[in-house]
Amino acid sequence: MHLEYTVIEGDFVNAGSASSAIKKTLKQLNVNPSIVKRVVVALYEAEVNAIAHAYGGVVTADIDAGKILLRVIDKGPGIPDIDWAMQEGNSTASPEVRNMGFGAGMGLPNIKKNVDRLNVQSTVGVGTTVEMEVNLS
Amino acid sequence: MKLSEIAKVLNAKVVCGQDRLDEEQDKVFASDLMSDILTLGDNFPMIVTGLCTMQTIRTAEMGNLDIIVFVRKKKPTEEMIELAEDEGMVLMECDYSMFKACGLLWEAGLKPIY
Repeated sequence: MHLEYTVIEGDFVNAGSASSAIKKTLKQLNVNPSIVKRVVVALYEAEVNAIAHAYGGVVTADIDAGKILLRVIDKGPGIPDIDWAMQEGNSTASPEVRNMGFGAGMGLPNIKKNVDRLNVQSTVGVGTTVEMEVNLS
Repeated sequence: MKLSEIAKVLNAKVVCGQDRLDEEQDKVFASDLMSDILTLGDNFPMIVTGLCTMQTIRTAEMGNLDIIVFVRKKKPTEEMIELAEDEGMVLMECDYSMFKACGLLWEAGLKPIY
């Protein structure tokens, strides 16, 4: 099953709607609730990142019997130092993002804790792809 | 402790989920930081927060939390209440500060998550 959602820059009101839709799909597929939670917490953090830090992008989910592969692909500006961004407490979030209850530098570390495989590829000026895989069984 | 008793202790107004007030709850987590709330494990459904935005409801949805007490006189919008109702959540409005609300809940016997 392939699902795809558009993420719009700065659209904080709808931040989480892709994660919400994927959560509902996984529940309909009777995926274990603990696994559903790990998937949606990771995806939600990544979705908020794309809305808060990037010029919009796309969220995709590919679900098969054994795993879910999620991709959050944004249109830039890119992350200059991924190792720095992966460290808890590091953040470049705006005051607006902090007012939403995010921006404490916990997003990428939270994602890492919840997925089985994480790959972050970024090119400054081009964009970032966050690829997350979670085993469903 | 029943949710109805929690509402009484906090002098809180229940804005949605009135049909769940007989449910028992013995643990609570308090934070304004949504990423903190997303680190919680399973089966801890109740939070106290002063962050009153659409993201509070979304965070609760993703984190399998469904009882939210808003402190510091924060009032959820109609849009937030609508989403919370769709998700079967209980929302309460409390005029007290976070410290006072947590102190009263502690005194009433509620336990921390950690």
